[in-house]
Amino acid sequence: METKVETKIDTNEIKYTSKDFASDQDVRWCPGCGDYSVLAQVQRTFPDIGIKKENMVWISGIGCSSRFPYYMNTYGFHTIHGRATAIATGLKLSRPDLSVWVATGDGDLLSIGGNHFIHTCRKNVDLKLLLFNNKIYGLTKGQYSPTSEKGKVTKTSPYGSVDYPFNPPLLALGSEATFIARSLDRDPKHLQEMIKRAAEHKGTAFLEIYQNCNIFNDGAFEPLTDKNTKADNVVVMTHDKPLIFGKNNEKGIKLDGFRPVIVDLNDPNNSINDLWIHDEFDSSPVRASILSHFTDMPGMPTPIGIFRQITKPTYNEGLTSQIEHVTEKKGKGTLKSLLYSPGTWEVN
Amino acid sequence: MREEKILEKELQNLKEVTIRFAGDSGDGMQLTGSQFSDTTALFGNDLGTLPDYPAEIRAPAGTLYGVSGFQVHFSSADIYTPGDTPDVLVAMNPAALKINIKDLKLGGTIIVNTDSFDSKNLGLAKYESNPLEDEALLSNYKVYPVAITTLNATALKDSPLSNKDINRCKNFFALGLMYWIFNRPIEPTVKWIYEKFGKKQDIAEANEKALKTGYYYGETTETFTTRYSVEPASLPKGVYRNIAGNEAIALGFVAASIKSGLPLFLGSYPITPATDILQYLSSYKNFGVKTFQAEDEIAGITSAIGASYGGSLAITTTSGPGMALKTEAMGLAVMTELPLVIINIQRGGPSTGLPTKTEQADLFQAIYGRNGEAPIPVIAASTPSDCFFTALEAAKIALKYMTPVILLSDGYIANGSEPWRIPDPDSIPEIPVSYRTEAEGFFPYLRDENLSRPWAVPGTPGLEHRIGGLEKANITGNVSYDPDNHEFMVRLRAAKVQKIQQDVPDLAISHEQEGELLVLGWGGTYGAITEAVMKARAEGHKVSQAHLKHLFPFPKNLSDVLNSFKNVLIPELNLGQLAKVLRSELLIDTISLTKIKGLPFKSSEIQNKIVEILGGNNGN
Repeated sequence: METKVETKIDTNEIKYTSKDFASDQDVRWCPGCGDYSVLAQVQRTFPDIGIKKENMVWISGIGCSSRFPYYMNTYGFHTIHGRATAIATGLKLSRPDLSVWVATGDGDLLSIGGNHFIHTCRKNVDLKLLLFNNKIYGLTKGQYSPTSEKGKVTKTSPYGSVDYPFNPPLLALGSEATFIARSLDRDPKHLQEMIKRAAEHKGTAFLEIYQNCNIFNDGAFEPLTDKNTKADNVVVMTHDKPLIFGKNNEKGIKLDGFRPVIVDLNDPNNSINDLWIHDEFDSSPVRASILSHFTDMPGMPTPIGIFRQITKPTYNEGLTSQIEHVTEKKGKGTLKSLLYSPGTWEVN
Repeated sequence: MREEKILEKELQNLKEVTIRFAGDSGDGMQLTGSQFSDTTALFGNDLGTLPDYPAEIRAPAGTLYGVSGFQVHFSSADIYTPGDTPDVLVAMNPAALKINIKDLKLGGTIIVNTDSFDSKNLGLAKYESNPLEDEALLSNYKVYPVAITTLNATALKDSPLSNKDINRCKNFFALGLMYWIFNRPIEPTVKWIYEKFGKKQDIAEANEKALKTGYYYGETTETFTTRYSVEPASLPKGVYRNIAGNEAIALGFVAASIKSGLPLFLGSYPITPATDILQYLSSYKNFGVKTFQAEDEIAGITSAIGASYGGSLAITTTSGPGMALKTEAMGLAVMTELPLVIINIQRGGPSTGLPTKTEQADLFQAIYGRNGEAPIPVIAASTPSDCFFTALEAAKIALKYMTPVILLSDGYIANGSEPWRIPDPDSIPEIPVSYRTEAEGFFPYLRDENLSRPWAVPGTPGLEHRIGGLEKANITGNVSYDPDNHEFMVRLRAAKVQKIQQDVPDLAISHEQEGELLVLGWGGTYGAITEAVMKARAEGHKVSQAHLKHLFPFPKNLSDVLNSFKNVLIPELNLGQLAKVLRSELLIDTISLTKIKGLPFKSSEIQNKIVEILGGNNGN
């Protein structure tokens, strides 16, 4: 058999609707689960991405969110706990022509799969990682997760969890992911925008989605999603725009050295010109790091949007160019050249 | 050495010789041994090698646990092992002498580096007095004291290298001396030196000079009165190369990639003694081979599963502890019925065990070691060159039956080498593979006549589907918790793997087809068993031999073969795992000969057991 593996994703124009991406399987998440929204936003976004559905693959591990591939009418692989990124890596390295997406949860990606996650980021494997972060173990019915807050009372922490949680964007940043973003299940427009941006990114795209588990951790993100409180608790990071939030956009954030400070824009002593202007493409990771830390700082709003996006060659590009270079130098190998390598002798 | 008589300044012909090079793990003994082997192979002898080195890369110099050895057995006739007892020991320091002297043939030759026999090194080797002054040693062996360090340093006194680097050349001096004594050409090694150190001219020149000085020292000194010659073996016509098992596995999978038309993908994490395969394959970029040095053993196998899902010939390499880590992912490959080869280069266990030593104790793990009913075919390589064909066989089974396959090798054949008559590339059969492309009537868990499911790779329009580790509904592949379906699918997967038996050749018996005693082996014990059987037969014992490559499923005629003999002896480097499998599968009792020392069998150990079983009645 002769196979030729394409090195680029085919992006010829095609017309899909969101229905084209729905599989024939009944969706079996609990009614009211935030996963429904993520699925809907993905299905709404995918027709605009411009990739044929046979060239899209969803890979998942284990957990509620990992049922995701069953509901997408693309290729899909529901694998084993924690290993989705490693399996997706093997697929993407062998098939650069595919658009490979990973649906994963806070336990799957950050606990049992933590090692694969950091190394996928480090290698800049061209994968889209969608972290459904509900800060709880849902499928095993309510134990604390590596993103649960300290002190969380769950079935395995009846006196409160003594664990400190991971800060996912910060972990991705420390692992050198080239695209780091956050969105909310209950902000469909923003989520769609982030999915599109992740799809366009070349390299590891990490998108954290705050997702409500209405059974075991209901309301975990309510301050960020409730229409009465959202404006005061969420700051939308927009490229080249100042960090402003509040019901009437009356609050701004400026940097005092490395320390973010909230200023009241109604106060004439404060000027919008002094605010922190967000730069998605900042070559330095320092500001993205400070933004990631907002969630650990009392009083600071939770940032959503793109923390940072940078460009560097992907693992695939490195691998492909090395193969091309060596093949050019040595000539394409044949079975004869392989077996009859130096050091042979003849017996007559 | 077969002939003991020594004449003045004579060139003496020997049939076969076993030499062991031994020194500190930093002394370059593996390099010295492999150079001697390569030259000897080029010279036309048949040979077998046994590298034996500690897990510590540079153990403290002079200590007993830092001793590294390399044994090479070469002959003018066919041979099957690296030799039971060395004829010649080259000992670079007292520790090397102490560790290895017990293996040396009585009356054998010892060449020692006297410079290292100082009080410090004698102390490190726990010698209370200098063994070179020991009358018993001198009368039991032919001892040749050579001041290797001094002679080497004197020869290189004009070299710009530091004293430390000059000292590191002394293994080439020893090698040169052995080339003279055993009448080998030095040119292949000189050529190798310049290929290896070409960019570091000073080092290349110093090594060449050390090599030549050692050679000329043998020629001019009066110490050595005799040279020995081992004539080339009358091997079958053909082009040969010297090959170690791990290299042969790497070549085998590249060959399988070419013959199947599939790109080769290796996901692997370095682990002794399997790492060489990753190293070799990472150099074959111009064959389109993709190697992924993963973050851990689990990513090694799971990345390979991803590549297999994408349509590659996917493999993963490891050793025992890594097999344990890969276990869950093997189950996923069973459930999703994706082709994959898992290569286990067995080493001493359990746990970290003996990383650099050989063992065959992972057979149970290979056949049974997974959760759930998870049948995986298991095949084992028997010699370094057989690793090539076993790799092809593993790929063929995986692709034809859409199944993971476990290939067992071991540290002994992985690192040991032998001359290999290179097969004609055109004589290697094509491996037929086809992806499913027809959308009409497609279901991911349809079955062909071999019970294999279709390989529908992403990128194929109209075949979008989902697979995973949850139980599959028959044919549709949808998730199913139906009790009857589960039992059906468990039995179906088992039946598919059992069906592979249709392709397993009947087990061949060497010598009498029935009788008193059959020696049955599997894996890397082939050489020692073959030699033992040949020697026993030469003494008049009627003993037959058979060797299993397919351990699961077995050849169809296995039961008949075993029942054709009154006794079946199974030598294994474990506590009798194959014997237990045979007893449970076939209800046949066998006699186990076991050894768990991290070392291969000596042929004499098996031969003695054969004689013991036959009780001196020669099997008649």
